[in-house]
Amino acid sequence: MERIFTMPEAMKPEQTLYCPGCGHGIAHRLVAELVDEFGIRDRTIGIAPVGCSVFADKYWNFDVISAAHGRAPAVATGMKRGRPESFVICYQGDGDLAAIGTAETIHAANRGEDFVTVFVNNAIYGMTGGQMAPTTLVGQASMTCQLGRDPEIMGYPIRVCELLKDLPGVAFMARGSVDSPKNVLKTKKYLKKAYSNVLEGKGYSFVEIVSPCPTNWGMTPLKALKWLRENMLEYYKLGVFRDCDAEG
Amino acid sequence: METSFREGLGMSEKVLMKGNEAIGEAAVQAGCQCYFGYPITPQNELTAYMSKRMLEEGRVFIQSESEIAAINMCFGAAAVGVRTMTSSSGPGISLKQEGISYVAGAELPVFYVNVMRGGPGLGNIAPSQADYFQCTRGGGHGDYRVIVYAPSDVQEQYDYTMLSFDLADRYRIPVMLATDGILGQMMEPLVLHDYKDPGDLPSKEAWRLGDAVTQEPIWITSVRLGEGELEEHNFKLQKKYEEIVEKEVRFEETAVDDADIVVVAYGTSARVARSAIEMARAAGIKVGLLRPITLWPFPEKRIREIAEKVDDMLAVEMSLGQMWEDVRLAACGACRVHLHGRTAGGVPDEAAVVDQIKTILSSKGDEIIRNF
Amino acid sequence: MVSKIRCSGFGGQGVVLMGKLLAQAGMIEEKHTTFFPQYGAAMRGGTANCSVVVSDNEIASPMVEEPDVILIMNGPSLDKFEPTVRPGGWIFYNTSLIDREVERDDVKVFKVAANDVADEVGSTRSANMVMLGAFAEKLGAVSVEALLDSLDVMLEGKGDKIMNVNREAMKRGAALAK
Repeated sequence: MERIFTMPEAMKPEQTLYCPGCGHGIAHRLVAELVDEFGIRDRTIGIAPVGCSVFADKYWNFDVISAAHGRAPAVATGMKRGRPESFVICYQGDGDLAAIGTAETIHAANRGEDFVTVFVNNAIYGMTGGQMAPTTLVGQASMTCQLGRDPEIMGYPIRVCELLKDLPGVAFMARGSVDSPKNVLKTKKYLKKAYSNVLEGKGYSFVEIVSPCPTNWGMTPLKALKWLRENMLEYYKLGVFRDCDAEG
Repeated sequence: METSFREGLGMSEKVLMKGNEAIGEAAVQAGCQCYFGYPITPQNELTAYMSKRMLEEGRVFIQSESEIAAINMCFGAAAVGVRTMTSSSGPGISLKQEGISYVAGAELPVFYVNVMRGGPGLGNIAPSQADYFQCTRGGGHGDYRVIVYAPSDVQEQYDYTMLSFDLADRYRIPVMLATDGILGQMMEPLVLHDYKDPGDLPSKEAWRLGDAVTQEPIWITSVRLGEGELEEHNFKLQKKYEEIVEKEVRFEETAVDDADIVVVAYGTSARVARSAIEMARAAGIKVGLLRPITLWPFPEKRIREIAEKVDDMLAVEMSLGQMWEDVRLAACGACRVHLHGRTAGGVPDEAAVVDQIKTILSSKGDEIIRNF
Repeated sequence: MVSKIRCSGFGGQGVVLMGKLLAQAGMIEEKHTTFFPQYGAAMRGGTANCSVVVSDNEIASPMVEEPDVILIMNGPSLDKFEPTVRPGGWIFYNTSLIDREVERDDVKVFKVAANDVADEVGSTRSANMVMLGAFAEKLGAVSVEALLDSLDVMLEGKGDKIMNVNREAMKRGAALAK
């Protein structure tokens, strides 16, 4: 019998330690599937950020480096510049990319660094136990905004794609989601575009993935998906924000 | 007009060169592939020099968005197996400490330069040695060490830059060149010589990233959460540090054998101390000089030997008793250890050092003479 | 012998180049030499200064607190550094821009109308070379020949015209001290 669904070669045969309903597992798999599809496992280096995906090395079957909190774009820059033939995937969460590492993110994008950024936005700090993220929605409660995010006190959630898309160094920028099979496939399409851009040396390519965190949102996995669609996707609109090819 | 390395200059030719630029040229000669830096006085000429030379050589130069980004770019470049460096001065070195701790934890070879200025805080831009504690105690969080070279002239800044790259590769450890605003800014004649590969440096192929086609995927990290995992790793680091203490201590002695009192000083302070001992010898006072060239590992064994033979030692430094603590630790009570410290741009004056030596030699008992 | 020299003037008078030429000349003559600039926050129109040590022996600190000689290109520099000169030391100053006398009576003075002489050779900007030429000829800490050779190194690629003006200015300065 023909086997039509297997583990990608770029994934290790491990069960992840992510919580039930977490989006990281799907995001990891998409990253790995594309590494296989492009046949670049031998020169791929992934970055495991600080956050829930700090142990991505346990799941990805290619070289991985763990970066300090927020510094992944700087580490990616050093690796790509030091070894231009490498294919670097800068995988980051919302706290990592849009709070502590904002400067590194903006400047790597502005320099048009040739690596793929995968930005998993679940509107909360996962690993430290559910604190407010730069992308936590207005009114959303967390451990450090227990009465709900009040923009008067805490500012508004940051829309990263909208913030970065006009930088000239950005070759591709899109926002997908992993809330449904349809959106997962669309996200994969965005990632594929990002990979091919980087392989062609077109510059900074960025895919945001809106993703559920049932544990820290205090919901069942199904409820979390519903909440994501009704709240996050209202604020974080899906789609392509920048495509250097479409611009000609 | 800055004097810079000019085309057509034969190697081993003597040129007049700025300390900061000498460091840059030595790094280029030693095969540094990636330089990352952020402007700060008094090390700016180094970044400026690299912005030209690295690009001339087809290598990587990035003016980073911050010192934090620069050291993390080094972290990445070192992980893919190329020689890399960054440079800064006090406040910027403080910012880099997070990254240096990660570099130490992940055992990557990174070279960095601290052209020390006055602190604490933004302090001033005058020459200083006030980062001694920070340099020699690792500087960032966690249980680690970095090798620290303290050159005392432009030639040594050139030579020890080359050696730093070798030691970083040999031990997979951060190596720092600790210099100061005087040494960085001054020009002196410099013999430009080629870099010589020691020939026995370990290959990086076994651990560098990007070679997964030939072997199992590699993970470079400083995170070790498993039970006992980090302690085991830190014991391994410690073993490496012990080997470094055994093999890499460097110092220079002047007129120590018949000395009644021995001055301990490094870098710019050692230059002043050298003329102080000449003045004192001319006045019939038997003074010697021990100049640590490695601040870590510190020449504590030799200091202990000397402390057994003399009644007094005098630490001369451009900080207020930081190196003095190490000299006292090494002397271990075998002799009195006095202090001559200046700070925040103050440079020890040779006549004042000689005066203090006279005061020390006429003092009695356990009294410790400090100049402030 | 040790000579501790400070050069000072306003930004644009080329005092840093003066210092580098002195250090280069010292090196050419196989002496020990250090050059140390004032560094830091740049201020338009402020004084710029640097110090040079030329010695037969190894040089301890390149910092010059009490110079043997000061080469002064403008008034504020004379005000600032006149008090610092070692008793018995020398003050060379630019009388084209400074119309006062040196107040101290324990130092030796040599007046150089540096800008006027420089104008005669066709470039006010080479007043610094006039000053250097006079200093070298008068005190011999480094030779005029070595300074001229240093010009070849420091001004390499600047073109014959600039080179010739500077050489001429330096020679005219030296002639003042003969």
